[in-house]
Amino acid sequence: MQAEHRDHVHGSDGHRHPVDFDPTAAGPDPFPPEGVGGRPLRIGIGGPVGSGKTALTAALCRTLGEELELAVVTNDIYTTEDADFLRQAGVLERERIEAVQTGACPHTAIRDDITANLDAVERLCERYSTLDLVLVESGGDNLTAVFSRGLADVQVFVVDVAGGDKVPRKGGPGVTTADLLVINKVDLAERVGADMEVMLADAHRMRGELPVLAQSLTDDPAASAAADWVRQQLAAHRSAVGPAAG
Amino acid sequence: MALRTTTASLAVLTLADARFPGGGHAHSGGLEEAVHRGAVSDPRQLREFLHGRLHGAGAQAAVFAAAAAHAAARRVHPHHWSRLDAEFDARTPSPAQRAASRAQGRGTFRAGRAAWPSEVLDELLTITGSPHHPVVVGVLLGAGASGTPVEAAFVTAYLSVSGPASAAVRLLGLDPFAANAAVAALEHEAEGVAEAAARSAGESPEDLPGTSAPALDLLAQEHQRHHREEVRLFAS
Ligand SMILES: Nc1nc2c(ncn2[C@@H]2O[C@H](COP(=O)(O)OP(=O)(O)OP(=O)(O)O)[C@@H](O)[C@H]2O)c(=O)[nH]1
Ligand SMILES: [Mg+2]
Repeated sequence: MQAEHRDHVHGSDGHRHPVDFDPTAAGPDPFPPEGVGGRPLRIGIGGPVGSGKTALTAALCRTLGEELELAVVTNDIYTTEDADFLRQAGVLERERIEAVQTGACPHTAIRDDITANLDAVERLCERYSTLDLVLVESGGDNLTAVFSRGLADVQVFVVDVAGGDKVPRKGGPGVTTADLLVINKVDLAERVGADMEVMLADAHRMRGELPVLAQSLTDDPAASAAADWVRQQLAAHRSAVGPAAG
Repeated sequence: MALRTTTASLAVLTLADARFPGGGHAHSGGLEEAVHRGAVSDPRQLREFLHGRLHGAGAQAAVFAAAAAHAAARRVHPHHWSRLDAEFDARTPSPAQRAASRAQGRGTFRAGRAAWPSEVLDELLTITGSPHHPVVVGVLLGAGASGTPVEAAFVTAYLSVSGPASAAVRLLGLDPFAANAAVAALEHEAEGVAEAAARSAGESPEDLPGTSAPALDLLAQEHQRHHREEVRLFAS
């Protein structure tokens, strides 16, 4: 939680930012990601159940599949539903999709014990030696579920307007620290009485300088803005570590 | 009792900790399948299941963990790891259980290499990228950390019951105090399993004892079959 009316000043440039009492505070991760040399960029896609993670993953595959070497890891809670959906949607060759089981704890598999996911990523990298990008979709979970930096280089947190316009201000590390916050299903805003202005303002307030993107995959099945963000991340990854080996 | 005379090393506690990031959290050791079949639905049945686990898969794992710790400490020729690997396969008839053991072995290796690196561990990896779980635990304790065969055996015996107990809480909403008490009640039995395993630790791989637990083998196979029909939470 941030105190809204009490700013403090520090540093020689005298810049200001809100006083922060929350250990899961907003702002970019201060720690540089470790050793990513020569391997594909790994993007985590997390967020609550049904917010549109698989739909976004499918859209990114459709939009970027032609220009990039892509693969996907899904973390299904109870079934191989998400992996099957992606395979059936035909957005990617079947062998480019790996599903891992999460033992009833999806957040454990992406955060505390990432070994099954790393195995899946490694299997994909062995199968396709020239991958540019691996998208890791988490199982639908709660607002505290974020990816370990050991698994995802950058992460997207997907919430939807149908969950209510309160979600961004409820905060949690997903909302406050993800590298990109996607507010999905804006086409439904009117139906569910969600105030987009409030949602966006809350999201920006909670996240400081981190980007927020409002989208509707129904209106824009290509997820153009999110795909642009992914391209930027990939460019940054490549200039930091050089092109993928192989 | 050998275990009581020494203080367990931090490595032993860490390897046995449910928070050790070796991929174990996604495995139920056949418990999910047993729940699905109605064989386990309350704390009493959980106790029975855990008793069977300890003396079946747990005892088998303990034997190989102790043998691996013993072998790692005396710096065996790398060929020895191939023999242990093959002999564990031979004593694990269910392909699903072999796969689960290798998956957890690989995860434990990944996490263990960062904490307790050793040349022996690297040698083990030249044999297979996915070694069996008890062998990895034995090598981690026997080479990188300062652990004894009986401690390696005790860790794997404990893990053989702690994983299913935690799965029971998640699957059945079982009282966590009851599930924990069910594990704690196995103290003397688990010590017995570990001590027996330590007694055979120096034998050649071919002569290591084999336990058999056909029901667990069948549960593991059924679990895998159901996986393909899309109704399982755990990887085993
Ligand atoms: N109206 C509308 N529906 C959407 C949009 N994006 C996704 N959906 C629908 O929302 C439902 C859930 O989407 P998924 O992509 O499966 O959500 P998810 O986050 O992957 O769900 P879990 O993996 O179960 O947590 C599906 O029926 C989608 O078709 C959107 O922008 N607008
Ligand atoms: Mg999904």
